[in-house]
Amino acid sequence: MAQGNNSIKKILIVAFSLCIVCSVIVSTAAVALRPMQQLNQELDRKTNILNVAKLYEPGMNVEEVFREEITARVVDLDTGEYSDEFDPDTYDSFQAARDPASGRTLSGEQDIAGLSRVENFATVYLIGGEDDPDQIVLPIRGQGLWGLMRGFLAVEGDGNTIVSITYYEHSETPGLGAEVNNPRWQAQWEGKKIYDEEGDLSPEIHLTKGGASSEYEVDALSGATLTSNGVTNMLQFWLSEEAFGPYLAKFRSGTEPEDAEETDTNFEDVEGA
Amino acid sequence: MADVNAKGVLTAPIFHNNPIALQILGICSALAVTTSMSVSLVMALAVIFVSSLSNLFVSLIRNHIPSSIRIIVQMTIIASLVIVVDQILKAYAYEMSKQLSVFVGLIITNCIVMGRAEGFAMSNTPGISFLDGIGNGLGYGFVLMVVGFVRELLGSGSVFGVTILQTVQNGGWYVPNGLLLLPPSAFFIIGLLIWVMRSVNPEQVENNEFKMKENTKPKEAV
Repeated sequence: MAQGNNSIKKILIVAFSLCIVCSVIVSTAAVALRPMQQLNQELDRKTNILNVAKLYEPGMNVEEVFREEITARVVDLDTGEYSDEFDPDTYDSFQAARDPASGRTLSGEQDIAGLSRVENFATVYLIGGEDDPDQIVLPIRGQGLWGLMRGFLAVEGDGNTIVSITYYEHSETPGLGAEVNNPRWQAQWEGKKIYDEEGDLSPEIHLTKGGASSEYEVDALSGATLTSNGVTNMLQFWLSEEAFGPYLAKFRSGTEPEDAEETDTNFEDVEGA
Repeated sequence: MADVNAKGVLTAPIFHNNPIALQILGICSALAVTTSMSVSLVMALAVIFVSSLSNLFVSLIRNHIPSSIRIIVQMTIIASLVIVVDQILKAYAYEMSKQLSVFVGLIITNCIVMGRAEGFAMSNTPGISFLDGIGNGLGYGFVLMVVGFVRELLGSGSVFGVTILQTVQNGGWYVPNGLLLLPPSAFFIIGLLIWVMRSVNPEQVENNEFKMKENTKPKEAV
């Protein structure tokens, strides 16, 4: 038997049939479970958005509340206006940043958050109606100590007061940098201001060591200087004119962002129309 | 491995022939996933699933595996099972799979699974091999749970996520030991565990491979 097993023919038959059987099992599992996995990812993202907007309660129907409370819109980061070019439900800004057509490379000076590329359009989530929203949830991301941190920042309808911050994906040190998701630390963010009175697009908000003393400062995480720097840098970037600055400026000045003007021919102007 | 009976293969690996404590296999994943007990539990279940089923399948086709490619055959079976586990976790325990991240995939390289497939399943019948896989998975899980218990209790002040010692960050009195949340602490705990187990069962103590020389005096060393 053992000799028969080692003939080249037998080796090939065993190897080939094993590969077939295993690949069928693996691909069946992958395909059959994919819808469930995508549902989970989607649910996780929505839970995080509700969480940062302080609407989340354990045991609630996330899908239903999300549908009722939250409107997703795609924002043109350059102008700060809404865009209808993309469907907010399917638009993936992370992918868009990598695509040369829908993203741009940041120069070393601009790239304080360590992103290297950023998208031209980003999805925002509005709570309490599209016109005059109560809260605006902005996606943020940037390098922490060990890797990319992705999260959400909730801002009040005035475009300046922070509600909360949360990270749904990070690889910071447990007990130190990972304390970014400690509710007690997150609670400090409530009521902090992003911009000062001067009205420019450079955000003032930052983490500071040794106790926050103004409304633009939040206590840094103890023992996690590099994670704290990462958080400061990504806020400085995403709230600057490179990203959500122009969009939030419209809320601050009281002029709500408009739907982008149609770039197609405006038929009312055409003679004889 | 002398007694190949159902009860023996199922219970022996837990205390008497523990894969981590006696054979010192599968240490790497034991360092990585034991920061909390719930994660340790899921990891242990995943390893039990993979090691038992891989033993079963390897044993089923053991008479047809050409010896020249037997390791690759075992690896293919183990890898397929691990991918299935990973997919199932992503679908039904998403939070948990986020925490376990890459370590589920690394079950493929867990020496326990591989060692049992090669050392036991290749020469035993499917039924007993299946039980042996469960037994060794349980032995691995037992150590994981003990290490996870110590690390979570002293590192985060909780057990299974339930707060036992109120930590300073949350307004309590307990200053958590940050070292216990980092992988090296698992080395210390596993080391202490091996010490305890070998003190209880002195027959587990290995013979020295070489004899240490008598104390050298400082003068001679210079």
